[in-house]
Amino acid sequence: MKLSLTSSPHQYHQRSTAQLMRLVCYATLPGFAAQLWFFGWGTLIQFVIAATVALATEALVLEIRKKNFEKALSDCSALLTALLLALCLPTLAEWWVAAIGAFFAIAIVKQLYGGLGFNLFNPAMAAYIALLVSFPVAMTAWLPPQELAARGYDFVDACYLVLTGFTAEGYSLNQIRNLADGFTMATPLDSVKTDLGMGQTYTEALTSSQFSDGLGIGWYWINLAYLAGGLFLIKAGAIKWHIPLSMLLGMALLSGILHISNSDLFASPVFHLLSGGTMLGAFFIATDPVSASTTDKGRLIFGASIGIWIILIRTWGGYPDAIAFAVVLMNMAVPLIDYYTRPRTYGHRQVKNKVSKP
Amino acid sequence: MSEYKTLSHQGLWKNNAALVQLLGLCPLLAVTGTLINGLGLGLATTLVLIGSNTTVSLVRNWVPNEIRIPIFVMIIAAFVTIVQLLMNAFTFNLYQSLGIFIPLIVTNCAIIGRAEAYASKNPIKFAAFDGLMMGIGFSMVLILLGAMRELLGYGTLFVGAEFLLGDWARSLLITVFQTEHNFLLAILPPGAFIGMGLLIALKNTLDKRFQELARAPEKVVERARVTAEN
Repeated sequence: MKLSLTSSPHQYHQRSTAQLMRLVCYATLPGFAAQLWFFGWGTLIQFVIAATVALATEALVLEIRKKNFEKALSDCSALLTALLLALCLPTLAEWWVAAIGAFFAIAIVKQLYGGLGFNLFNPAMAAYIALLVSFPVAMTAWLPPQELAARGYDFVDACYLVLTGFTAEGYSLNQIRNLADGFTMATPLDSVKTDLGMGQTYTEALTSSQFSDGLGIGWYWINLAYLAGGLFLIKAGAIKWHIPLSMLLGMALLSGILHISNSDLFASPVFHLLSGGTMLGAFFIATDPVSASTTDKGRLIFGASIGIWIILIRTWGGYPDAIAFAVVLMNMAVPLIDYYTRPRTYGHRQVKNKVSKP
Repeated sequence: MSEYKTLSHQGLWKNNAALVQLLGLCPLLAVTGTLINGLGLGLATTLVLIGSNTTVSLVRNWVPNEIRIPIFVMIIAAFVTIVQLLMNAFTFNLYQSLGIFIPLIVTNCAIIGRAEAYASKNPIKFAAFDGLMMGIGFSMVLILLGAMRELLGYGTLFVGAEFLLGDWARSLLITVFQTEHNFLLAILPPGAFIGMGLLIALKNTLDKRFQELARAPEKVVERARVTAEN
């Protein structure tokens, strides 16, 4: 008889880990495609680098730990980590950014804690934070949507830029990043945050050329594409609705209250929901089966807290986007949440104060 | 002689102040941004440890048990002040880069821990030797962690050696690789925690390996069965 160790919830399902991971990978495709469409080929190259390093690291560490790495590699979890990391990286970051990130995610965050199923933190997000803290300049060098760029770039340019930092013609990354109207590119969240910091109102901040109808050009399509992929995942039963819904509701409610209280200082809920990595975070990152809460009630608390953290950090924190920080912060709280939201076992009554307070 | 051997083994490895007792983590994690900072603080701590252990052992028979801790703290504070003034006088740049962490040696639990646990109960020669060994063990970890973080963060080793050792030490500087993007994580406090965790893991792995090696030649006794199965 084969007894296998699996992460809770221990429901019977035909899907193996590998199938589930692959399904999640496929579900990112609409968003991935949208990112490629708006920002060019860079993300694909990042993914290739991250995936290579992640798989090699996983194999190496498992070999050192004397485990069977072929079986572990075929479950695609390292691939999914690499994919999520690559989707978060600035499109044309140099190759060592993705390489260090993938190595950190697999070796430090995942394998040192005991491998798949034992990691306390979401590997992709912990690695993203490590990169953001370590290389603030490289990690904030976002490109403008290609329709607004002064100079477009093609696949060959992208390869050159990622590997050497310059295109074949010798343009640097900063030259590629220039907008057609001469401004340097910042992401919509960054641009709004900077403008608000300089004393402009929210409405004035939205007059910059990279916004249309109050949303960052390109970014809302990407978010909608991830939303579609995420809804597919829920439909397919790969993730439950609790975390995405509570996270988006938490964000919408808090940002809504702030926006109503002072619409000059605080961005609107729609802007928050369709900017940055919101949808990718809600459906693909926060729902990581290993590091997220495992009870239904716990998932609601977990998701809502992430949503609230995101708005708090985006509004008052030092960084423009906050998905990674919020997710990792709440990852830390997961054992506590799970402890206090243990579901009633079938056949037992809910006893008050059953959980002894520490 | 075996007491000295035990003390060395305890201080350097088995009961290492940083890796096993996890004492003095605050300066350990805060100042080990570079190898030389680690070395400087390690030396300062070792000097204080030797001095305080010796003095505590000297006065151990006259200190009333009820107020021993304040007395130990005052002894330690006196030595820290001496070291601080010496560093201020002779290694001013290092003194500045270590900053508050030199006076904070007073609160380093490794020092009061040794005073309380060993020096206050043992004769002076053993106490002084214990201070030396504990100090070296602690310094080794500081140096190792500093080297790891400096190497990852800046790609160099021995940066700032001239602050501690004088102008000739400028030539010690080794540049392993050059980058315009420093790996800030290694230099910032989180890097210290991760590096410390890795060092502890390494020590535990080595311990396990030694244990296995020591146990390896186990005798297998084959015995003829003299009773029936049931």
